[in-house]
Amino acid sequence: MSKQYETVIGLEVHVELATKTKIFCGCSTEFGGAPNSHTCPVCTGMPGALPVLNRQVVEYALAVGLAANCSINQYCKFDRKNYFYPDNPQNYQISQLYLPICHDGWVEIETKAGKKRVGIHEIHMEEDAGKLIHDEWEDCSLVDYNRSGVPLIEIVSEPDMRSGDEVIAYLEKLRMIIQYLGASDCKLQEGSMRADVNLSVREAGTRELGTRTEMKNLNSFKAIARAIEGERNRQIELLEDGKEIIQETRRWDDNKESSYAMRSKEDAQDYRYFPDPDLTPIIISDEWIARIKAQQPELQTEKMERYQREYQLPEYDAGILTASKHLADLFEETVKLCGKPKEVSNWLMTDAMRLLKEHEQEPQELSFSPGNLAKLIGLLEENVINRTVARSVFEMIFAENVDPEQYVEEKGLKVVSDEGALRKVIQEILEKNPQSAADYKAGKQKAMGFVVGQTMRAMKGKADPAVVNQLVKEILEELIVN
Amino acid sequence: MANTISSETMDYVGILAKLELSLEEKEAARKDMERMLDYIDQLNELDTSQTEPLSHVFPVNNVFREDVVTNGDEREKILKNAPEQKDGAFKVPKTVE
Amino acid sequence: MKRILELTALELGRRIKKKEIGVAEAAGAALAQMRVLEPELNCYVTVDERMVLDQAQKVQQKIDKGELTGPLAGVPAAIKDNLCVEGLPATCSSRILGKFVPSYTAEAVVRLLNGGAVILGKTNMDEFAMGSTTETSAFGATRNPWNPDHVPGGSSGGSCGAVAANECFYALGSDTGGSIRQPSSFCGVTGIKPTYGTVSRYGLIAYGSSLDQIGPVGKNVEDCAAVLEMISSYDSKDSTSICRKDYDFTSALVDDVRGMRIGIPKDYMGTGLDGQVKEAVLKAAEVLEKKGAIVEEFDLSLTEYGIPAYYVIASAEASSNLSRFDGVKYGFRAKEYEGLHNMYKKSRSEGFGAEVKRRIMLGSFVLSSGYYDAYYLKALKTKALIKQAFDQAFERYDVILGPTAPSTAPRLGQSLCDPLKMYLGDIYTVSVNLAGLPAMSVPCGQDSQGLPIGVQFIGNCFHEKDIIRAGYAYECSRSYETPELAVRGAEQAEIIYDEIVQQGHLTEENGPAKEPKETGSMKEAVYAAAKRGAGIRLAAFEKAGEQEVRHE
Repeated sequence: MSKQYETVIGLEVHVELATKTKIFCGCSTEFGGAPNSHTCPVCTGMPGALPVLNRQVVEYALAVGLAANCSINQYCKFDRKNYFYPDNPQNYQISQLYLPICHDGWVEIETKAGKKRVGIHEIHMEEDAGKLIHDEWEDCSLVDYNRSGVPLIEIVSEPDMRSGDEVIAYLEKLRMIIQYLGASDCKLQEGSMRADVNLSVREAGTRELGTRTEMKNLNSFKAIARAIEGERNRQIELLEDGKEIIQETRRWDDNKESSYAMRSKEDAQDYRYFPDPDLTPIIISDEWIARIKAQQPELQTEKMERYQREYQLPEYDAGILTASKHLADLFEETVKLCGKPKEVSNWLMTDAMRLLKEHEQEPQELSFSPGNLAKLIGLLEENVINRTVARSVFEMIFAENVDPEQYVEEKGLKVVSDEGALRKVIQEILEKNPQSAADYKAGKQKAMGFVVGQTMRAMKGKADPAVVNQLVKEILEELIVN
Repeated sequence: MANTISSETMDYVGILAKLELSLEEKEAARKDMERMLDYIDQLNELDTSQTEPLSHVFPVNNVFREDVVTNGDEREKILKNAPEQKDGAFKVPKTVE
Repeated sequence: MKRILELTALELGRRIKKKEIGVAEAAGAALAQMRVLEPELNCYVTVDERMVLDQAQKVQQKIDKGELTGPLAGVPAAIKDNLCVEGLPATCSSRILGKFVPSYTAEAVVRLLNGGAVILGKTNMDEFAMGSTTETSAFGATRNPWNPDHVPGGSSGGSCGAVAANECFYALGSDTGGSIRQPSSFCGVTGIKPTYGTVSRYGLIAYGSSLDQIGPVGKNVEDCAAVLEMISSYDSKDSTSICRKDYDFTSALVDDVRGMRIGIPKDYMGTGLDGQVKEAVLKAAEVLEKKGAIVEEFDLSLTEYGIPAYYVIASAEASSNLSRFDGVKYGFRAKEYEGLHNMYKKSRSEGFGAEVKRRIMLGSFVLSSGYYDAYYLKALKTKALIKQAFDQAFERYDVILGPTAPSTAPRLGQSLCDPLKMYLGDIYTVSVNLAGLPAMSVPCGQDSQGLPIGVQFIGNCFHEKDIIRAGYAYECSRSYETPELAVRGAEQAEIIYDEIVQQGHLTEENGPAKEPKETGSMKEAVYAAAKRGAGIRLAAFEKAGEQEVRHE
């Protein structure tokens, strides 16, 4: 490749808000449930039904907008986006085009290349669509409107990102802000956070933007990274071949690691937006904005500073612990129960992180209760178990959220500090390994370590290492004297 | 100003509106549309440069509901008018993206 | 029985309260009248006699127990078929709704039922309320009771025809561009289009959401004021509903217009207005002047821009509102199709009539990329100017008086061949919807053919009481006229009346239809009734060619 290319990426991120009810009706937003069991005339587009806006949707949208440094359109309204599709019961989606609730914000991201700001063009409120299930038996599709009308915000970034790393950093940042606000759980796999990638390439050094494509169906950070790489290469290849890039929407197939154009002659892509006459404008007063700001919970930066100050944690640890709201909550609740911030931090930073990595999981997937970690720390503190045992118990807590007290009891993992029993074991080991005593006598201190190790092994890790050390030393000294 | 609407435009609007007109219907609709648009063009006589568009006739704002679940499981009622249904869902021709 | 039919709704309500007339008797009288006149008039789309009489019986019991005490308790009413009533088909007089039976009731109808109304049936209309003649109905045209060769007007032609023909005591209609007032004028009855937001639109199948309002149709202003009082309310289910303080519209029924300032727009009295209509309207103005009102002519301006602005806005909203009719969730689905988009196209093309398609196409076009500003935005700006013109007029006048329509009812088949000409007939009514104002049509005489003429009173927003007072004062100077056909019909109806009333007083063993009440399902009600051989008329299904309902 002779020329150098720059990738220009903008994101459209859809986030399902954590409201109890849908955006325009009193149906539950709960996941699951039999098809169409969370529906009513409004969210199935029955004739004569009318929408009424859920106040909480506006509150969440405002909270996210303010946290992302946006300006607020204090007069905003809903528009209808008209297109026919079976998951869209009215055949129009209630969304915002002309006056979205938030605009012109930014978030700061950090990658290996350093810190930078990604601009946010706008955030608007809209309703989610239903679900289409393909029925293999009859070769038809089935429509379930349980998700129809679940509130979404769409966060549209400026085309400010230049690499997959930046995109991931941006998404992680958005996810962190939104999770901290409690506005959504932002689970990519479950679709409560969805990102569409707008990507174009241009020759390095040029200013004009190239023709962009929009990539849909990206269900994980890995898929996003792969799709960006794939689309960048596809576009560069086209340009190198002197071919034109067509502005189109493409669907990513993560199994095939390739994308294909979603084109149909029946899709005119002319949405005929106009203000929804069934909904009234929203006027957001200065007082309302001030109230949302005042209600804003402690965000990550503040939390990170507090951890360093209050718990004397190193900046790095505080950063990791606060990067996920879930992890931070877990940390704080465990500290509240056991009062040992350093110890809790160590468990989370080392063992929990290691296990997450092994299982290819995200911190927000940690599912054990703070109580069980606190109990584990207590057992260790009181010397009921030793650290080796504790680490294996933690693995069980991580995997199955077991109650460590019960588990230790049932499995007989308590530390053995009965001197008589230990003495007997040590004597046996020395009888089997006479060389050890001889070596020790000859002044080889290493021999003692060997005996201690053998004893611990014989005790299956349950012996108190301090006691074992003490006893081995005593016995060996006795042998020298004798 | 006489408006002329091409046959392609009629096809395009047909795709948007999901209406399939016969050739005769289409021709009649095209003529109707041209006449209506000529008539609507009267509005251009009005100077509206200083006028804000009025979508809601009265200044009613901030109509909200509280975030409280009020609806139960009504799927039988919701489904009973379905032209075709299966397993509690609305059945449509195969739809894949 | 004949005398019952001639009563106004309020008179009947009083007689029911005094136990001089039974609810079933009143309902039976209307049903008998229907049996005689419906084959000719076709005002109704759906009537289920058994359900009517059953309901009448229940209402009677509640009245007897003192649970229903309102002025219209027990009075039978007709509902325009774009209003949802649980358990009754809602068709909008369109094929596309197929056998749709809503599981919810429009808020306005809920309020009527709470006041003790007996719902007689659903009335015919222009398909989706798009039309001015009730000829675009998929179930055939309704005919004018004053002369069946003429149209009843539209789109609430069924409701207005039914009131004029004494097939009900009052009715609900809807008005998007004149759809209550113009047919009221053509049928010689009174109809009110209230201020936008006064009556909840929940359960009204939308045509042009920003213009649609539900309103009453009655024999006189008194009845209309009483019905309006019943159906008006703030409704949290309709975001555009307005919370008002003055729902006591009947308090304005005073025969006193002294000092009332009435303006007649010169633009309403010029070219295009039929001479006889003009004469009758001016005479009505004279009556009010004699009663002490100050009447003068003035320039309202912008009148001619109302229709183009209206057709852009209403069609645009309709194109979106009607996109939900796609054969997926309810209603008609084409029998043969290939794939999803073809299913959409075929269902919609076969399901919608010509006028509806015309407006959907126009509406889709004016909203499409590149045309939005030129058409839709321009129309919204025109709407703002029209509202300003009315605001200025109401600084000087309490009420604006003029004709409701430029002519009396045309002959059947005359209007549809030239849609633009038909649209021009809405010239005096559409601006009122654009400005959200209340307005009323009151009969003010007949032309030389014996066809009724209506005078329109337009009030400032939230000032229904002004137009009710003006209309009532005018009405006090004249008497209500019933079309000849309705009078003759009642003579024949008398004969079958007894039979029907008896059905309303069924004993336990040959008891009333209990099944529908238990299941709440229309279909089962039909089956149950058919088994018993009851005289059920489900025109909507029959007319759509769905005979299997009867055979099963």
